[in-house]
Amino acid sequence: MFYKAFGIVNTTRSGIRVEGMQDYRPIGALSFLGRYRIMDFPISNLSNSGIDRIQVYVKDNPRSVVEHVGTGRHYNINSKSGRMQILFSDEKTQDIYNTDIAAYYENMEYIDLMHQPYVVITPSNMIFKQDFDALINQHTESGADITLLYHSVDNAKEHYLNCDTLELNKQKGVLAIEKNRGTAMKKNIFMDTYVMKKELFVELIHKARKESSMYTMALIVNQLCSELDVRGVAHKGYFAAVTDFKSYYDANLSLINIKDAKQLFNNEEWPIYTKTNDSCPTHYHKVGKVKASVISNGCDIEGTVENSVIGRGCKILKGAVVKNSVVLAESIIGEDVVVENMVIDKGVKILKVKEVKGTPENPGYAKRLDTL
Amino acid sequence: MKQNNMLAMILAGGRGSRLHDLTNKVAKPAVSYGGKYRIIDFPLSNCANSGIDVVGVLTQYESVLLNSYVAAGGRWGLDAKDSGVFVLPPREKADANLDVYRGTADAISQNIDFIDSYDPEYLLVLSGDHIYKMNYAKMLEYHKENNADATIAVIEVPWKEASRFGIMNTDEDGHIVEFEEKPAEPKSNLASMGIYIFSWKTLRKLLISDMKNEASSHDFGKDIIPTLLADNRTLMAYKFKGYWKDVGTIDSLWEANMDLLKSDNELNLDDRTWNIYTEDIAALPQYIGAEAEINHAYITQGCIIEGNVTNSVLFTNAKVGPGAKVIDSVLMPGVEVAEGAVVTRALVADGVKIGKNAVVGSADSENIELVAKRVKGEE
Repeated sequence: MFYKAFGIVNTTRSGIRVEGMQDYRPIGALSFLGRYRIMDFPISNLSNSGIDRIQVYVKDNPRSVVEHVGTGRHYNINSKSGRMQILFSDEKTQDIYNTDIAAYYENMEYIDLMHQPYVVITPSNMIFKQDFDALINQHTESGADITLLYHSVDNAKEHYLNCDTLELNKQKGVLAIEKNRGTAMKKNIFMDTYVMKKELFVELIHKARKESSMYTMALIVNQLCSELDVRGVAHKGYFAAVTDFKSYYDANLSLINIKDAKQLFNNEEWPIYTKTNDSCPTHYHKVGKVKASVISNGCDIEGTVENSVIGRGCKILKGAVVKNSVVLAESIIGEDVVVENMVIDKGVKILKVKEVKGTPENPGYAKRLDTL
Repeated sequence: MKQNNMLAMILAGGRGSRLHDLTNKVAKPAVSYGGKYRIIDFPLSNCANSGIDVVGVLTQYESVLLNSYVAAGGRWGLDAKDSGVFVLPPREKADANLDVYRGTADAISQNIDFIDSYDPEYLLVLSGDHIYKMNYAKMLEYHKENNADATIAVIEVPWKEASRFGIMNTDEDGHIVEFEEKPAEPKSNLASMGIYIFSWKTLRKLLISDMKNEASSHDFGKDIIPTLLADNRTLMAYKFKGYWKDVGTIDSLWEANMDLLKSDNELNLDDRTWNIYTEDIAALPQYIGAEAEINHAYITQGCIIEGNVTNSVLFTNAKVGPGAKVIDSVLMPGVEVAEGAVVTRALVADGVKIGKNAVVGSADSENIELVAKRVKGEE
């Protein structure tokens, strides 16, 4: 069976950066909630919607994406009719020229080959659940040229500062796409998700290239708002945008409570797929105390863990205390070490330093593979 | 086949009737173990890790789930070119009538054509219902070094238990001189692990004559091994040291799960040089609630713990509600213990729901309580 749309998982645009962590991998490949990578969410959304021709765009540090995504089999993509492509854009150009449009333009050959009439573009740095099949139906029924997904928030003054917002008229027509400048609490945050015909998509790429080599999809759509029928569709449910280090930390901790997590996860109807690591279950020892936390498999826990996310294969030794922190895979928190308000990157060993602390407003960061 | 010219056949047809309701719907090798595994993951992962590319799985009793489970060879990395897991239930052939497998040896005999199609030099015969980690490549080396016709893996068992096993009496060099099934007065404490390497040509001949022998029960232990001994063939005992468990009863299945709580447990599932592979299930990470208390446990992904868990093993998607207590128990996949319920010294079967404030099992029971049906709680 061939589905009517193909999917694109987009890279993040320039200016969005998770300080420290992104030196090692693109945002989409960042570990999320222990066992996932952020890009598992957009890819699972596409797969669960019946879309199994998927292009994943990568602009730098491709290793982790290639390793994680692979053939896409683990995303339940049909092994014959489906296909997962990882497409690269030229990483030699300056970041500012390395736009989504530039990446599409460079890979036009592979976009041309897609025979589906529609395209769904969704970002690799946002976490939400969305049935794209329903969204495409809504799009075709409305007769719009382009449908954009947004999430209404009431804390846009301090949050989502690197996101775009949609200005809408009463009929949900999009008047403009603008940067969130933190001028108002209530905003419609643009979820960088588009539905349109493939023909129009290709046309927009060519138009944008003619305008400027720094042009992005958002800029060209904004420019054409009055000519085209561009409409917004509101998203309901859990939404997080990872646009910097703090929002990465906050997004992880925001899902520690199972009641909140159930807004995002519905494992029977909408599984979030990821690559298995074949690690064994987690061993909670007699002396350990774990509360209000999300724990991955393969851990050995003898210490205290509270209000934290622990990645796969971590060791929390005797007397160690981990609070309000995000610990990535294969890290070791040594005996009597106290970790608070931190992001501990993959493979970090904290043995000699007895206290590693940030603040809730300013969480600290321990570099990948560091030994402290 | 290229790797070591040895093909493996896993005997997975047994029901395991002493596991009662656990094996009403599935064969024993498909029974869940250790949080996220099924028992047959162990021999299959051992094969994959030992460089065996082709594995036949002989199924018979309640085989629907087991057949589809093992057929996905990719789970264990057994899906490369010239590699695969083949499900082999009894089948009708051009020159033979459809017949059930009459014994362990008959199961192999009925698949001589399959084995011949790979033309292996050695045949490894395994049980699908034992829990252990073993490098069969090392056993094959031993088999070759001794120019053996058959090599049988043995493990030292406590003397007082030896009369429960098939016992191998050996000489100083490890040659098997006598085999006794469950001897009243054992002369040795080397028990057969049901793991055999045969030189295929020798075994093939023997199986063909065994098929025709109406007096034979077509069993490796009762017929094939004694015949080899009577023929003065070279039979070697390969001593295995390490964790090995045949989980025949609810008590021993419970115990094998509890073994995982020991820090020095020899099975060590966390050994990245010898991964045990299993089905990849899309599950959430483990959610430990704000009021939860975990005091020694082995827990896997998909579990949601809001109550107390003490000294227990929890399988995929098990849930423990607020104020509930799970003590010295094994909760199989999808078990739900509602708020306030207390589960003590019990093994709760797949998907069973235990209602609000219900009490199951007791601390001073002699046997582990098997809970295979829904337990109603307060409304």
